[in-house]
Amino acid sequence: MRKEVLLGVLTALLVAGLLSPFASSHPDGLERVAEDWGFAGKAFSMLTVPIPDYLMPGVAAEGLATALAGIVGVGITFGVAYLVGGLVARGKSKGGAR
Amino acid sequence: MSCRGFLKVIWDLVGGRQEEGQYLAAVYFACGYQDHQGVKGKMHIPDGFLDLKTWVGTTAVSIGALTYGVRATRERLQEREIPFMAVMAAFIFAAQMINFPIVGATSGHLIGGVLAAILLGPWTASIVMTTILVIQALLFGDGGITVLGANVLNMALVSPFLGYYLYRWLSGRAGSGFRPGAVFVAAWISVLGAAALMAVQLGLSGTINLTTVLSGMLFWHFFIGIGEGLITMVVVSYLYRVRPDLFHGTTVV
Repeated sequence: MRKEVLLGVLTALLVAGLLSPFASSHPDGLERVAEDWGFAGKAFSMLTVPIPDYLMPGVAAEGLATALAGIVGVGITFGVAYLVGGLVARGKSKGGAR
Repeated sequence: MSCRGFLKVIWDLVGGRQEEGQYLAAVYFACGYQDHQGVKGKMHIPDGFLDLKTWVGTTAVSIGALTYGVRATRERLQEREIPFMAVMAAFIFAAQMINFPIVGATSGHLIGGVLAAILLGPWTASIVMTTILVIQALLFGDGGITVLGANVLNMALVSPFLGYYLYRWLSGRAGSGFRPGAVFVAAWISVLGAAALMAVQLGLSGTINLTTVLSGMLFWHFFIGIGEGLITMVVVSYLYRVRPDLFHGTTVV
């Protein structure tokens, strides 16, 4: 099990770190419709986020910035999902009481 | 060369390098929103696309459904499934970054809802997908804050549930064997379902005429869904070959 988890995380890291710089930068389905029908300009950002547009700030090379953003994202997602899973499962053993 | 780069060369050639404001205006009009914003990997609904009633409404539905889902999952989720949930979340996050080109200078990327649902069951998949969407909105600015509920409804609730039950229906009764074609169709249709729902939300918001946005969204997602279907089918088939015991649908109803 532990070995398979490691293999899974490694796969995710490889996808995020090695493939992401080669991802298509064409607009996706929603963006395309928004551009074609002229409502793309309605979009705005409410928050200042740490890693905007999946580009690690302070890294000039775009490919590397994307790869780093992906690797950090995979790590954070793995950790948070583990925590969320644990929190959900914990409710069971404790029953109704807190 | 990007549209912006091309325009810069032309602009410099005609000696217009002094007028920065005019240059930016030219970039904006000639290259449009995409190049001007320099966006890459922005894919979920951003803030500003949905009106108050629509984002409040979808948020309420999503909170209600997730509250029920967490209660339902709590009784079923086993400790040994948690690492697998986390791996699934990490993999889907990574896969969502990989935009693949489709027709007409447009791209698509995996949603992953059906992949997660077939392997983990629909409610656990909803929790995993919601986790990913929250991280994307808060850390990467992908998907708005007010519209998080709508993005959760489309990609973390409707997509996994639609795909999961379609997959089960197409595969017949549990135990009748694994059908890759059923995975493909379920994943494909789930993308069209999520896209249609997103179009309805945009139409309800008055952002754009419903018929227009519905046909546009369905057209592009028809192709994007094929990508979703293929990736989901390949990953699920591989996992079924190496670890058939992991499959939610074959062991638990």
